[in-house]
Amino acid sequence: MALTFAGLDIGSRSIALVRLREGQILEEKRLPTTFDPLRQIRTLLEKLEADRLIATGYGRGLVERMGLSLPVETLTEIKAHGLAARHLFPEARMVLDIGGQDTKAIGLTATGKVSRFEMNDRCAAGTGKFLEYTANIFQIPVEDFGAYALMGDTPPLINNMCTVFAETEATSLMAQGVRPENIALGLHLSIVRRTVGMLRRVGLESPLVFAGGVAHNPCIRVLLEKELKLEEGKTLCIPLNPDMSGALGAALWGQENEGKLAA
Amino acid sequence: MTDARYAEMWEKLNLDLPAHDALLGVLGQFYGDIYMSQEGRLKGMEYLDFVLSEVHGLRVQELQEAKARGAKVVGTFCVFVPEELTLAAGAVHVGLCAGAEAGTEEAEKILPRNTCALIKSFVGFKMARICPFTESCDLVVGETTCDGKKKAYEAFGELVPMHVMELPQTKTDAARALFRSEVIRYKEKLETLTGVAITPEKLRAAMATVNAKRKALQRLDALRSADPSPISGRDALLIHQVAFYDDPVRFTASINALCDQMEVRVGAKEGVSPKGTPRILLSGCPMAVPNWKLPYITESSGAVIVGEESCIGTRNIRDLTDESAQDMDGLIDALVDRYLRIDCACFTPNTERMANVVSMARELKADGVLHYGLMFCQPYAHEAIKLEKVLRKEEIPMLAIETDYSMEDMEQLKTRVEAFVEMIR
Repeated sequence: MALTFAGLDIGSRSIALVRLREGQILEEKRLPTTFDPLRQIRTLLEKLEADRLIATGYGRGLVERMGLSLPVETLTEIKAHGLAARHLFPEARMVLDIGGQDTKAIGLTATGKVSRFEMNDRCAAGTGKFLEYTANIFQIPVEDFGAYALMGDTPPLINNMCTVFAETEATSLMAQGVRPENIALGLHLSIVRRTVGMLRRVGLESPLVFAGGVAHNPCIRVLLEKELKLEEGKTLCIPLNPDMSGALGAALWGQENEGKLAA
Repeated sequence: MTDARYAEMWEKLNLDLPAHDALLGVLGQFYGDIYMSQEGRLKGMEYLDFVLSEVHGLRVQELQEAKARGAKVVGTFCVFVPEELTLAAGAVHVGLCAGAEAGTEEAEKILPRNTCALIKSFVGFKMARICPFTESCDLVVGETTCDGKKKAYEAFGELVPMHVMELPQTKTDAARALFRSEVIRYKEKLETLTGVAITPEKLRAAMATVNAKRKALQRLDALRSADPSPISGRDALLIHQVAFYDDPVRFTASINALCDQMEVRVGAKEGVSPKGTPRILLSGCPMAVPNWKLPYITESSGAVIVGEESCIGTRNIRDLTDESAQDMDGLIDALVDRYLRIDCACFTPNTERMANVVSMARELKADGVLHYGLMFCQPYAHEAIKLEKVLRKEEIPMLAIETDYSMEDMEQLKTRVEAFVEMIR
């Protein structure tokens, strides 16, 4: 009987689990991280049927120290996202992952290996956290923020990438009477410009896979395609479940490594 | 608790004892976590453990004894200050504390906040009165390397007896003439300070002492080209750090003894980690004691560090001084030649550094280069961009890290470094 690999991605916003056997996804589930990630991990792993667990994400070390009854290994989210992108889109040459508190730009070689990468620095500017925080100013859930912003047409230039200062800037634009939809669009554009800068520094290549929770946001997708000036007919490759990519990559790594060990 | 053996000495040096005790407590714990936890360490490292445990004790006591005999203590911050001249004047040459967050609030009263951690550190150590080396100095020698340092010396000069050497920023003939005059001015300053006339004989003897130290360290670094590496990067960095404040003759003998052990290890194909462990060359800004953050993260991520392309590393020891000249003029020329070969990022252009990193990476069989820049360090931040391009052409992967002495970015750094190790594996 083939082995089952469980990939667990402990992010700042959510914790995702993917079970994989012989390249087939058996199960995918996800819980919010909350202030007690350990409890959320336990809930997610309850009655887990797997032979190996591979943890990734900023909480990967936490899982290693939990003393679980099955073998646990860890790998970084960079490698995990590279593997998942390659699996879902075999031609992929670049991955963009925008998660809850960090953004990663990952270059892949023609054979799918990570060649270069860059991550945002200490602060969470330009990540999901930024969107969540600024959506709050408009009193709408972050899930609806992208669609709302798409109703704007003339975005003001928002310079501040600091989340707190961006809020101040947005508030003063509101006071000047700028349409809120336009301000929302401007906030989205500020993230996208920053992200494109990061992609270019790593060396922009396509096909580009866009993963992480922020890939659900329709406004970010549209603006990214526009700012990247993708050739006609080319679009971003977006996984069906972009927030499960890290966990999928972790499970794939387990499977790949097992294959190597067996060989 | 203040160590009773040294309490009186520290009090005499006007240290802030409770703050100093706290510093030693943190240092001891940090050292335990990062160093004593290592497996497969060389026996010869016990000497380094001892030196470090006595860094503010026995070594400072030796300085006081030297002072009681009439010798002077000269503190420095940079590998451009010719140690040979200091020793020829019968003075003690020490590198000053600059590797930990200390007295930051105090330091920020006289320095802009956007100043690199190294500069803030040495100013902070002084203002918080917790560095017995700084307090022992009869002279502190600065140099006009980067803007941050040269402006900091203006403020620092109000706190300590200061001599600033003007360092040129290019390597033209005119720049060489300037540096030569500065070397002579330093020599004269030392002669006034110590009352000792520096003769060619004394200078040649000092050159031999310093060259012997450099050769021992060169030997150590060369042995690290073996796979598996006979020594951890952390231990090697510690040795390069201790080179700045230990007695040079005693230190040289200990390092040579350590190298003998390393040779046996290499012969037996043994090492600190299995053969095939990913090998990393550190490159960039200096890591002063006790700045072990990045090496610790790197070696905890399944890699081994095989070289330090840094002022606390090869930049300090790569070139020897020619001892053959007979007269003072010739010896001064030899010093100027030797020191102007240093490939510091303060120079423009500084293309030789690019070539030096590539050849080091090849010689040490490094799988990748980890570039370490101190936040707000303009010269090395610029060169990180250049170096990456050069290394990419050579198909040597590079990761650029910018950080400081705080621990708040440990997790982010771990992720980056681990991902880099996965990439080069």
